[in-house]
Amino acid sequence: MTGFPILSLMLLVPLVAAVACLVVPREQARSVALVATLIDFVLGVILWANFDIGGAQWQFTESAAVFSGFSWKLGIDGIALLLIALTVFLMPICIGASWTSIDKRQGEYYAAFLLMETLMIGVFAAQDLFLFYIMFEAGLIPMYLIIGVWGGAERIYASYKFFLYTLLGSVLMLIAMFWMVNEAGTTDIPTLMAYNFPVQAQTWLWLAFFASFAVKMPMWPVHTWLPDAHVQAPTGGSVILAGVLLKMGGYGFIRFSLPMFPEASAQFAPLIFGMSMAAVVITSLIALVQHDMKKLIAYSSVAHMAIVTIGLFAFNRQGLEGSMLIMLSHGLVAGALFLSVGVIYDRLHTREIARYGGLSINMPYYAVFLLLFTMASIGLPGTSGFVGEFLSLIGVYQISSWVALICTTGIILGAAYMLYLYRRIAYGEQKNADAAAMLDLDKREWAMMVPLAAVVLWMGVYPESFIAPMRKDIAALDARLAQAKPKGDAQPTAGKPMAAAHSEHSAAHGEAH
Amino acid sequence: MDFARSLALTAPEILISISGLVLLLVAAWGGDKASRLISIASVGVLTACAFLTAPTLWGQLMGADVSAFGGQHRADAFAAFAKLLIYASAGVTLIVSQSFFDKVRAMRAEFPLLVLFASLGMGMMVSAGDLLALYVGLEMSSLASYVMASMLRTDERSAESGLKYFVLGSLASGILLFGMSLTYGFTGTTSYAGINSALAGGLSTGATFGVIFMLAGLAFKISAAPFHMWTPDVYEGAPTPVTTFFATASKVSALGLLMRVSFEAFGSQPHAWQQVVIFASLLSIVIGALGAIGQNNIKRLMAYSSINNVGFILIGLATATRAGASAMLVYLAIYVAMSVAGFVAVLLLRDENGEQVEAISDLAGLSKTRPWIALALASVMFSLAGIPPLFGFWGKFVVFQAAVQADMIVLAAIGIAASVIGAFYYLKVVKVMYFDEAVDKVKGAGETSHTVLLVLSTLAISPLGYLGTKCLGTLADYATAALFPVG
Repeated sequence: MTGFPILSLMLLVPLVAAVACLVVPREQARSVALVATLIDFVLGVILWANFDIGGAQWQFTESAAVFSGFSWKLGIDGIALLLIALTVFLMPICIGASWTSIDKRQGEYYAAFLLMETLMIGVFAAQDLFLFYIMFEAGLIPMYLIIGVWGGAERIYASYKFFLYTLLGSVLMLIAMFWMVNEAGTTDIPTLMAYNFPVQAQTWLWLAFFASFAVKMPMWPVHTWLPDAHVQAPTGGSVILAGVLLKMGGYGFIRFSLPMFPEASAQFAPLIFGMSMAAVVITSLIALVQHDMKKLIAYSSVAHMAIVTIGLFAFNRQGLEGSMLIMLSHGLVAGALFLSVGVIYDRLHTREIARYGGLSINMPYYAVFLLLFTMASIGLPGTSGFVGEFLSLIGVYQISSWVALICTTGIILGAAYMLYLYRRIAYGEQKNADAAAMLDLDKREWAMMVPLAAVVLWMGVYPESFIAPMRKDIAALDARLAQAKPKGDAQPTAGKPMAAAHSEHSAAHGEAH
Repeated sequence: MDFARSLALTAPEILISISGLVLLLVAAWGGDKASRLISIASVGVLTACAFLTAPTLWGQLMGADVSAFGGQHRADAFAAFAKLLIYASAGVTLIVSQSFFDKVRAMRAEFPLLVLFASLGMGMMVSAGDLLALYVGLEMSSLASYVMASMLRTDERSAESGLKYFVLGSLASGILLFGMSLTYGFTGTTSYAGINSALAGGLSTGATFGVIFMLAGLAFKISAAPFHMWTPDVYEGAPTPVTTFFATASKVSALGLLMRVSFEAFGSQPHAWQQVVIFASLLSIVIGALGAIGQNNIKRLMAYSSINNVGFILIGLATATRAGASAMLVYLAIYVAMSVAGFVAVLLLRDENGEQVEAISDLAGLSKTRPWIALALASVMFSLAGIPPLFGFWGKFVVFQAAVQADMIVLAAIGIAASVIGAFYYLKVVKVMYFDEAVDKVKGAGETSHTVLLVLSTLAISPLGYLGTKCLGTLADYATAALFPVG
């Protein structure tokens, strides 16, 4: 496939379809959107199939110097590949989730979604610093419109909050980028990743990038836009917000903050740990007392993202791989949970948990899927959630036992709020007649649930498929971070070999460490 | 100096003058019925001038070769860049004004002539190489502008706007003149080059006052804070095509003049004016942003937006570097496109009686009733806010990049953080158009010429604009090279 600009094509297909959605009759807009996202999905499959695992670090590269100051430069490594795959996988499902529930201004709605898809793929594929920034920031516009036009009662407040919060975070990053480009003399991301910035400057640069990524991630205490935005967005919007947009923050850390400023990252790791620990405990407790299903899942997202950040700043392979897996898994699971909420919201038009109950009696299939996604969110072994959280916590345990201890309580609290949610929705008596009269999943909903469930199980049972493409890139990142790696608080010493042991034994023993 | 050569170098100015006088006679005999003919002829004249000017920019002409009348007039690449923008803006004004004034039966044959003479004055401003030529050009364009602002004689707001503009404009001219006389007194010359070499040795207190007073007078002309007070009233009261002219051509000429004075006349003492410019720039950004939040008139909002944008442009000047100057020109070109798109979109907003709809609350739900106008206006708003991928982002991009390259990181960080305040009110317009229930006020059909202009300018500020960044950047570099003969 070398030489064929498949990444540009993947960006172009949704863009063209977005324009088409604005001009075709409104009833056909959704079909156009579905076809375009499916084409992109097929392209994504082709991309993955042709990705040479263990080959060059940057593949499918293309470059065209059509702008002044920056260039159209695309290329992916394993990390970007996985996130692009997540995007193109979730997009058709988002369109499906909006199929009947969006009844006003369909053309603009689907156009905004397709534009979003272009920009998200662009963020992950960009190999030029400023191209990345443009794609990263541009996502604000369609998301602002999606929340504001098609959202719920508080949509206007939520849309403003989302826009201004993230904008303020990002503009400082732009200034830092100018400085970096001025210093390093290039806008090429792979070159910048290997460039050693002065340690003094790294601190400021890191903080500027952190301002942007922490808001996007979102980290406690700048997470408050997320519950508002989630609750007010339509189902499709929530899925894409939780599924992919939040991953931009994590991607930013893994692509920029860590490799470009390793010393500053090590220096600020305690800050990250502190914020993450607070996030895990506080937002989990907040989630426990929510009455609104979407809000509950939104707060759980913040808690999960906190585990991602501690994994990233553990400075070792387990932590990094674990974080990537949580991001992928959370994309699927949070997306699926929002979708599940959307399914019953479409029937009863409320997100109040108390208005439901005993759904496993009248909607048995729905209850099964919801149970699977609930368990995946908790991190039950065999589901996608387990692998990532386990690896992340192992990773951080090597750095700090206390952080690992406190973050693990997040798993327990997670089990508490998710099971409590499930009990109130699916079990118990059918106290509301209208909720009891709801029909089980229809064909469209089956078609959205089955692929999600399948991938969740696949990632839980055989995570190797997802780890393999990024293994080399994580190893490269780990090697890059080695120069700044902080010391762990536990200092495991090699066990003393028994006096009688043969030399080969002790060698094997040493290797195991 | 060869007199014939001087005449050849000032060919665009001479062409405008002569055709302006001829058209004046046509107006005198033909009356208001001839206004359409005069407008068309004026657009033709401006187009011809643009063709006369363009080769100067392409050829990167500068220095003594293109200096006419003993250094009074410079027909160099910098002047050419600014003039092309001025002529384009004036052309747009002429195209949109005909139908606007026809609707209220106020089209007068003088109007296109005033535009023509104002453009002539503006051309002289950006070409001036001497304080005298500067002042003649400035007054020529200002006098024409005062009359244009009060063109709708029966409209109180228009009359008020003209009067305000005149009184405050004269005051600013007075301040400028005072600064110029001080500068002359302490340097003994009125030519930019002479002032520059006289100041190179050191800056006396008197000369500092001269510089500050000149900058204050010019800050009024570019509507930078704290000399911005006239802008909202004048923008709101003046007929919309005239506002378009003020927002585009007047801005370009005044900023071009300011750049030339700063770099050519005071270039040897950048520290004397850098602080003033930094102060004015940050104040403009903040005041422009905060002032706009409470506005309910779209033209007033655009006025505050122009104050805000001037603040960003001044960041380029504050750097006092070649990259900063080039960034200013890029920003100016983009700003002209954004303003044209914004005001032409406003011109298309008419209710069923053909009256202008200017209240932002009347735009509610515009995206349902007039989706394409709403899309264009939303692009303008996001673009003015500097949100990528719209082209307005590029202007901010180059300006802030220049600031960082000049090691003014704190200025850049404060400026860009303040731009978030501005984003709030741009978002408000989008919110009203897209999120609110439709009030369906906007009814009237637009003119074809307006629609064509709107489509063209919106395409220019759309992401497609990025394809032009190379060309725009190169031309801006050519133009800036003329300001920095040695560097």
